[in-house]
Amino acid sequence: MSNMNQAMIEKYRSNFLKEVEANVEEGEWVKMCMQCGVCSGSCPLGPHWAHPPQEIFMMIRAGKREEVLSSDSMWMCTSCYNCIARCPRGLPITHIMHGLAVYAKRLGLVPKKQPTAEFGDIFWKSLASNGRVNELKIGLGLYFKDGFGQGVKNAMAKKDLGLAMQKTQRMNPMEFFGGHKLKDLSGFQRMLQKAQEFEEQQLVNVGGKEA
Amino acid sequence: MAKREYSFYPGCSSQKKASADNYLRSTYTMCDALDIKLNEIEDWNCCGASIGYAGGGEIPRIALSARNVALSAQQHPQQDLVATCAACWLSTREAQERVQHDATVKAGVNAALAEIGLKVEGAEPKARHMVEVLIEDIGYDELSKGVTKPLEGFKIAGYVGCQTNRPFGIDGESFENPKYLDKMIESVGAQAVDRYDKKVACCSGALMFSEPEKGQALVRDIIEAAYDGGADMIVTPCPLCQMNVESYQSDINQKYGTKFEIPVLYYTQLISVAYGQNAKKSALDGQIIRAPKLEDLANK
Repeated sequence: MSNMNQAMIEKYRSNFLKEVEANVEEGEWVKMCMQCGVCSGSCPLGPHWAHPPQEIFMMIRAGKREEVLSSDSMWMCTSCYNCIARCPRGLPITHIMHGLAVYAKRLGLVPKKQPTAEFGDIFWKSLASNGRVNELKIGLGLYFKDGFGQGVKNAMAKKDLGLAMQKTQRMNPMEFFGGHKLKDLSGFQRMLQKAQEFEEQQLVNVGGKEA
Repeated sequence: MAKREYSFYPGCSSQKKASADNYLRSTYTMCDALDIKLNEIEDWNCCGASIGYAGGGEIPRIALSARNVALSAQQHPQQDLVATCAACWLSTREAQERVQHDATVKAGVNAALAEIGLKVEGAEPKARHMVEVLIEDIGYDELSKGVTKPLEGFKIAGYVGCQTNRPFGIDGESFENPKYLDKMIESVGAQAVDRYDKKVACCSGALMFSEPEKGQALVRDIIEAAYDGGADMIVTPCPLCQMNVESYQSDINQKYGTKFEIPVLYYTQLISVAYGQNAKKSALDGQIIRAPKLEDLANK
């Protein structure tokens, strides 16, 4: 269990709602949920959530910290924004789910090998290193995330698609050796670094306030 | 001088030999035909798309779009920022909205931008999707006036998808049954599938990569509904929708015993063809599932 997780448990002991309000993106909206269930019914992957959004909101209020943060539910969000468009109270549900997922990640509570969490990391690393996403590398990164043997199997299974993408000029094997990148890459990376520092400081500041 | 000029944000998939190369090419062809000049934002960066949140959190993610907004304002003042990718457009608008309404976000983002001598306020420039340019600045009537090769005899399912529709959407359209894509299809002389019930269903977005089985089940329904409506083709305004709906059809066929083989095009390609551009210029050679009937018309 991470130190940050332990610190947050002690800080907010028994008040998970306050913890979410302070530390999760758009978390201050959680208390506004009126439990109608429209979000859960509108979610394209609804049946795959162990706890659909409506339930997550109730669980937060009931203090089910461990169950919520270690759930893979939030990682089922496809960012379709159906829930936001339909919520009668206007809760930014998509962002709250993303926020919970990221918060769980910061605290080290994401289930091991959660594929969307892993893909999210691969994607972010790609964009952070070049300023633009390298589609070939994120594809390969995903195929090979569970080792070389599995990677070769995955790549073979997808070889027809790869060839079709190349043939239609929609994939360039040379991207492997660099690819599209920013001219001011160092400035871009300094910007991201600063943004990350600000975000971390924010968590310490807010998390440090009286609960 | 071109009739209209915009600051252009193509996005990662619309780069040379990236997955929406055909979108990029047909966008330029369409814009030439419509006398629109696109001024690409120099050194634009990735918007983070719908999965960037997982690695980047809040402030770094929003800083990405803020950099693009600031560069656009600096390089092309007075010009609207136009994106062709749904996620690019959404992320840019979302970033502007957050910066405007959340003082902490604004402080964080501007602290990050200060590293490279940039700054954002919020509302300017206006971030728009290319379909808004077509609908609002040009209009369906003017669009149809320039058609030299009407797409007669084509029945097309207008697949809007999620992110050009929610949460911001197109002015005057409903989230549940937007009509703009159908109207665009009809403006170029084709017939839109009436009551296409999966028009705003999700293609699974980035989860197609991490949860392929769940994603393919969603796409199966989107394609099946298009066939049920008698469609020859599907058309979409989103590069990820295009990729997800087009390129996994053989996987879906294998898994579900279906016989899907339906072309999935961009509105930019339809308009290019209808405006008399040939198949190559309309980037029809960029389709994994080719649209021979449309290619014939384009090359006639």
